[in-house]
Amino acid sequence: MSREYENDGALHAKLIEEVLSHYPDKAAKRRKKHLNVAKSGNEAGGESEVLSECDVKSNIKSIPGVMTIRGCAYAGSKGVVWGPVKDMVHISHGPVGCGQYSWSQRRNYYVGTTGVDTFGTMQFTSDFQEKDIVFGGDKKLEQIIDEIEVLFPLNNGITVQSECPIGLIGDDTEAVSRKKTKEYDKTIVPVRCEGFRGVSQSLGHHIANDAIRDWVFDKKNVKFEAGPYDVNVIGDYNIGGDAWASRILLEEIGLRVVGNWSGDATLAEIERAPKAKLNLIHCYRSMNYICRHMEEKYGVAWMEYNFFGPSQIEASLRNIAKHFGPEIEEKTEKVIAKYRPLVDAVIAKYLSRLEGNTVMLYVGGLRPRHVVTAYEDLGMVIVGTGYEFAHSDDYQRTGHYVKNGTLIYDDVTGYELEKFIEGIRPNLVGSGIKEKYPVQKMGIPFRQMHSWDYSGPYHGYDGFAIFARDVDLAINNPVWDLFHAPWKRSRGDERAMAAE
Amino acid sequence: MPQSAEKILDHAPLFREPEYRKMLAEKKLNFECPHPDEIVSDQRDFAQTWEYREKNLARKALVVNPAKACQPLGAVFAAAGFERTMSFVHGSQGCVAYYRSHLSRHFKEPAAAVSSSMTEDAAVFGGLKNMVDGLANTYQLYDPKMIAVSTTCMAEVIGDDLHSFIQNAKDEDSVPRDFDVPFAHTPAFVGSHVDGYDNMVKGILEHFWKGQERTQVEGTINIIPGFDGFCVGNNRELKRLLDVMGVSYTLIQDASDQFDTPSDGEYRMYDGGTKINEVKKALNAEATLSLQHHNTRKTLGYCEEVGQATASFHYPLGVQATDEFLMEVAAISGKEIPEAIRLERGRLVDAMADSQSWLHGKKYAIYGDPDFVHAMARFVMETGGEPTHCLATNGTSAWEADLKKLLASSPFGKAAQVWAGKDLWALRSLLFTEPVDLLIGNSYGKYLERDTGTPLIRLMFPIFDRHHHHRFALFGYQGALRVLTTILDKIFDKLDRETSETGVTDYSYDLTR
Repeated sequence: MSREYENDGALHAKLIEEVLSHYPDKAAKRRKKHLNVAKSGNEAGGESEVLSECDVKSNIKSIPGVMTIRGCAYAGSKGVVWGPVKDMVHISHGPVGCGQYSWSQRRNYYVGTTGVDTFGTMQFTSDFQEKDIVFGGDKKLEQIIDEIEVLFPLNNGITVQSECPIGLIGDDTEAVSRKKTKEYDKTIVPVRCEGFRGVSQSLGHHIANDAIRDWVFDKKNVKFEAGPYDVNVIGDYNIGGDAWASRILLEEIGLRVVGNWSGDATLAEIERAPKAKLNLIHCYRSMNYICRHMEEKYGVAWMEYNFFGPSQIEASLRNIAKHFGPEIEEKTEKVIAKYRPLVDAVIAKYLSRLEGNTVMLYVGGLRPRHVVTAYEDLGMVIVGTGYEFAHSDDYQRTGHYVKNGTLIYDDVTGYELEKFIEGIRPNLVGSGIKEKYPVQKMGIPFRQMHSWDYSGPYHGYDGFAIFARDVDLAINNPVWDLFHAPWKRSRGDERAMAAE
Repeated sequence: MPQSAEKILDHAPLFREPEYRKMLAEKKLNFECPHPDEIVSDQRDFAQTWEYREKNLARKALVVNPAKACQPLGAVFAAAGFERTMSFVHGSQGCVAYYRSHLSRHFKEPAAAVSSSMTEDAAVFGGLKNMVDGLANTYQLYDPKMIAVSTTCMAEVIGDDLHSFIQNAKDEDSVPRDFDVPFAHTPAFVGSHVDGYDNMVKGILEHFWKGQERTQVEGTINIIPGFDGFCVGNNRELKRLLDVMGVSYTLIQDASDQFDTPSDGEYRMYDGGTKINEVKKALNAEATLSLQHHNTRKTLGYCEEVGQATASFHYPLGVQATDEFLMEVAAISGKEIPEAIRLERGRLVDAMADSQSWLHGKKYAIYGDPDFVHAMARFVMETGGEPTHCLATNGTSAWEADLKKLLASSPFGKAAQVWAGKDLWALRSLLFTEPVDLLIGNSYGKYLERDTGTPLIRLMFPIFDRHHHHRFALFGYQGALRVLTTILDKIFDKLDRETSETGVTDYSYDLTR
């Protein structure tokens, strides 16, 4: 249900001008390139399906001292790509902090006996001390791997997630990994995701993808008979169970999901992925690299899809089905028809409560576009969106989702985001934990769009119902009308007053 | 189809529906290549044995589920306790995202901090340019009164020198020459967050006190609370007690308002905190008291250097620890402890007497920051409980010695064991082999609660999965009353749960306990 609307491009252009005027000149010049107002697709001269052009600079260094919301390569590798692989032990190699702050925070759900055959919600660290910095940590790493084998013998592999110091002190984690792989006949993967590499989480995704290519693929004789309908789901981290709510649909339309990367995944699911017929990629930003590799080397085709909200789910299911032919297409139509009453009932329940409400988004590398239609399915309007770590191909794709006049902000700073929100006063902001409380203090409803605010799943039809419920409970909670003490001044619109 | 618009099921009930159970069972069977069930259950059982415990405790290199964070987190927390102060962490930017998230998840509050966003080129050439540009941007955008600079391990490994960098930045007019930019080197590979706190507070005091003449004002006291996830409740309770006594004091590093801003339509990036003028004047105080000895060793050392008397405590929680703290304050300030506080004390003791039968002989495992563990062990012993396992991943040998002395002073501490430097995976083995009735710690303890069945009481930073506890005090007699009630609730709830089966155990499901 793609809704027709236009955003107030003039206001947004003015807001951009205002925030830039506040920066020192040098910083203003740099930040200017990251902020823009989406122009209509026709004006921009794009393909017919492109709704707008979102032309900003991206994937370049953050400016010091401005309060970027971005993370680092380690967060991209350990936190996103590798961390959810549940039957492997992931060593946060370096000082204690990185592993501690990322421990259990992404909500990558899995099933298993933690500490025995699965290790997802544990924090393994080499807890570097000064002597490790001075003398190097390779010996310690060897000892750590030995101790893991003693205490956690059912692990199916180990990854070494390098933190900043590793690359700076010149440790050779590759040599240690090779040696120990031989000794234990086990997959041991060194990942060079030191936090200072690259400009955001994004390079960490890429490095993690490359590590799969270099240290997992073709290392074992994988015994697996592929069937005609075998697919991998790539780039679904099973946050709050997203991958499960997706898998159930893919199975219903007759496909066999032989691997899910990397939510709830085992190493086996990664090893045999090249044998599947099709890679379905959800988070394009974090895992397109390995899909391209599998296409080149093993001839596995790949296809982007979007399981947020019924419009996109239906379109994606049909698109996927087309790849497999009439039998699957027929089943797919049945599945779509089966869920239609649920979708109708959810929209009937929430549309009147949400219609016309405006939303600003600021998330990672996929959701700033992928969730747009899900909100629109509920009658809501996206007024602004931006990415922490997108590349230009993501902004291109964003043009397929957002409307003319939408405010676009790349690698937004704390200052800009606050001013944009103040200036627009949307009815809902969807972003991360660091943004949640400042926004709520302003009297504006908020949902965390990384962790689903401890809810979820949001993928699939089951997830859409939860998404709708959560958006409604955020916006229509009575607390937002209690912000003003009644004796302070005569009553008007409480929310408007809160803005003053 | 389990989902319906009338009754929307989220993850907690949804995946227990038969469709999903079946799907997940088949996923495991067909695609995961799992170990056979018997091997998994054998290993699970083995991990509960003394034999596994010995291997576990013999670890020399691997750390699993530690109960500590790194220095800069403590520095960022420390800076949040000063008036309009922005934390500027020099090094990789991802770290700052982590500190901010970590603090926000605990306090359910904004946590502002900036990074100098160093990348590979800075690793080669040093981060001076990042400091120069960064300070200018921070100063301009966020209108701070002070910028407190600390470091990530990246900046430490490449050896960036904060003192000269800040000087350089001032030479290039990033900030006005007289603008306050205190700093502390906070290497993540030394100590833990409590040391980062110590270094940052010391850095701030040095910045304002160095080279200044000290004129002692008799009877005035500085109080440094230490890294404390309960600062919101604790500092307010502390101030109440000192105000009731009429003491002239300065709370140095007070994040109670910063991490508890109201919702009234305005986002306050800065709120409360020790005023910069007060920090300057605090040089003249007769004495500086630290509420967390192991958290403030360098800072207190510096206070001694400038000529102040010092004393330190181990998180004043419980009867005798509060007694000692108040008596010290009374001695230095010359103010008497008023009758009103004696009555508060009496009410706490009264409550402890009312409930003593439920607490006597209960065994506890306590983990967390060093002074907190010391405090909890002491209070537990005051209630007739036995602190069987006392563990601090960031506990030093000095902490171990202090705590052993305390434990030896009471018959309830005779069987206690102190575990300095051990992690929560070690504690798991301890709980399986030498079980206790209650576990006191933070949210990370929930995995121990699940695996070992030991009820967890969350009284220590970070608490992510329960809300608002940090808004209430643990300090003082009032705080102890709350701790007492929290422990009792846990005991009673468990007993009720265990006796609630109708016709089987419900004879013990007593109305009055």
